Amino acid sequence: MDIVVVVRQLADLVEELEVNDEGTDIDRDFVKFVANEWDEAALEEALCLKEAVGGTVTVVALDEPDVDQTLYAAAAKGADRVVKLTGHDPDGWVRTRERAARVATWLRDQHPDVVLTGVQAADDLDGQMAGVVAAYLGWPHAAVVVVVEPAGNELTVTQELGGGTVATSTLAMPAVLGIQAARQAPRYAPISRIRQAQQSTTIEEVEIDEPAIGAVASVRRLFPPPSRGGAEMLEGSAAEVADKIVEILRARGLVRA
Amino acid sequence: MSVAVLVVSERVVGEVPDVTFELLGKGREIASALGGELAIAVLGHQVGELPFGAADVAYVVDDPALANYAASAVEAALAAVVEAASPKVVLMSTGTVGLDLAASLAARLGAPMASYAVDVATEGDTVVATSQLYGGKLLAEVALEGSPAVVSVIPGSFAADAGRVGGAPRIETIAVSLDGAGARGEGVREPEASGVDITAADLLVSVGRGIGSKENLELVQELADALKVPLAASRPIIDQGWLPKPHQVGKSGKKVKPQVYLALGISGAPEHLEGMRSAGTIIACNTDPKAPIFEVAHYGTTVDLFDLVPELTERL
Repeated sequence: MDIVVVVRQLADLVEELEVNDEGTDIDRDFVKFVANEWDEAALEEALCLKEAVGGTVTVVALDEPDVDQTLYAAAAKGADRVVKLTGHDPDGWVRTRERAARVATWLRDQHPDVVLTGVQAADDLDGQMAGVVAAYLGWPHAAVVVVVEPAGNELTVTQELGGGTVATSTLAMPAVLGIQAARQAPRYAPISRIRQAQQSTTIEEVEIDEPAIGAVASVRRLFPPPSRGGAEMLEGSAAEVADKIVEILRARGLVRA
Repeated sequence: MSVAVLVVSERVVGEVPDVTFELLGKGREIASALGGELAIAVLGHQVGELPFGAADVAYVVDDPALANYAASAVEAALAAVVEAASPKVVLMSTGTVGLDLAASLAARLGAPMASYAVDVATEGDTVVATSQLYGGKLLAEVALEGSPAVVSVIPGSFAADAGRVGGAPRIETIAVSLDGAGARGEGVREPEASGVDITAADLLVSVGRGIGSKENLELVQELADALKVPLAASRPIIDQGWLPKPHQVGKSGKKVKPQVYLALGISGAPEHLEGMRSAGTIIACNTDPKAPIFEVAHYGTTVDLFDLVPELTERL
């Protein structure tokens, strides 16, 4: 089974995010970029599928800050081939629609059996990748996928529908899946193996022309949510805060301490 | 009168969920502003007597291929409804069906789209959405020029009551061939009963990514044991395999409504907030003072949970 995994970089949400001077994007100059965590799940599921039924895993990403590190890490984990798509501003915000169109342009020549990507990314303003890539290619798709099982020329997938309810469906291959969770937690690649991958792996670079993506939402302004007052902050040491929390619980009859 | 707003019913099994009525309520406002009808798309098989809420017209696709949910088949049916209704706005949720289909529908139509919306309004003929980005840390105000404007809304963003009020809408039955959709539904499974029922507890101790490792869970488990309450968790803990699925609070886990929800090391991603924001009192512990959880919490502390939890346990 030939599997393509689409991965991307994303601003690290642990960091403080500032809005740029134009007010339409985050200020990218001082942000740390990390791999999108749902894409890590997609890669893990791809590697598990390969281990189960054989085949290849190709990982593709757009050129973005620190993406080489993510691609080498994928190789260290077991990806057979890593590809970087260029032809856009690597330091700007590439909208999901454009991102998907670029990936779809490349995929048309690849003939994979299945394409996996993370179910979402925290800046998917104009839609989730899997569905958009599928729409551009005319392939079936499913999102919020938690189980993938090959069955002949088809895939049986299980999707979460919310509240613990799941749906199982069968898709003709090739198909595009938005992975919510892999069958196991994403594996870890030690730095020594990533360094080794840097020596032995070549990142293929492919230039993609600017695709036509039709109408997309235009950002007028990006801003922190107005504070609604929020929480009453409990100040003091850990012991003092613990006293206050126990008092809150006691007032509601939830502890007798 | 032409259709201004099409709301996609999120029902897959059981009752029509609240979010559909939330969208109908907001849809009514937008339809009035745009001077058109409010429509609902109902896709399924043997759909029977469903409530259509505030809708003026219901577009029904009733087909055996939709008896069990399969994304591509539902999308093909939805595309046929959009073609028939020709709405200016399509409202879905960033939830069950919307997360699956909104983006592909919009791309297929070449239509503008906004995900994770928490508000939708109109300025003349332009639809303006406000969307949560970066896990709720920022909001984006976006203009959607072009028709239809597809907006997927975070469940819980609007009141449902206005959307429930309605009469008997006009029914439009749409026939569509779903043979070539490339997917077939095999079945829908409700959550399995388990020994843990986090929905029944008056008090929940809930833990998130801030716990760091599986080994550290022992610390919060001791607190939950001392309180004699179940331990709940946010998505990352479940995905790591540190706790089983029945412990999960959030969009794809359980919706909980305890008297008190003690959130430890949880940042407050929209998917998590969806599952716990109805708790009577929310107490949040997170070292990041800007964590979105503090916006919904009643009480908060930035004390490190590794310092706080042993102190709490000691007092019980």
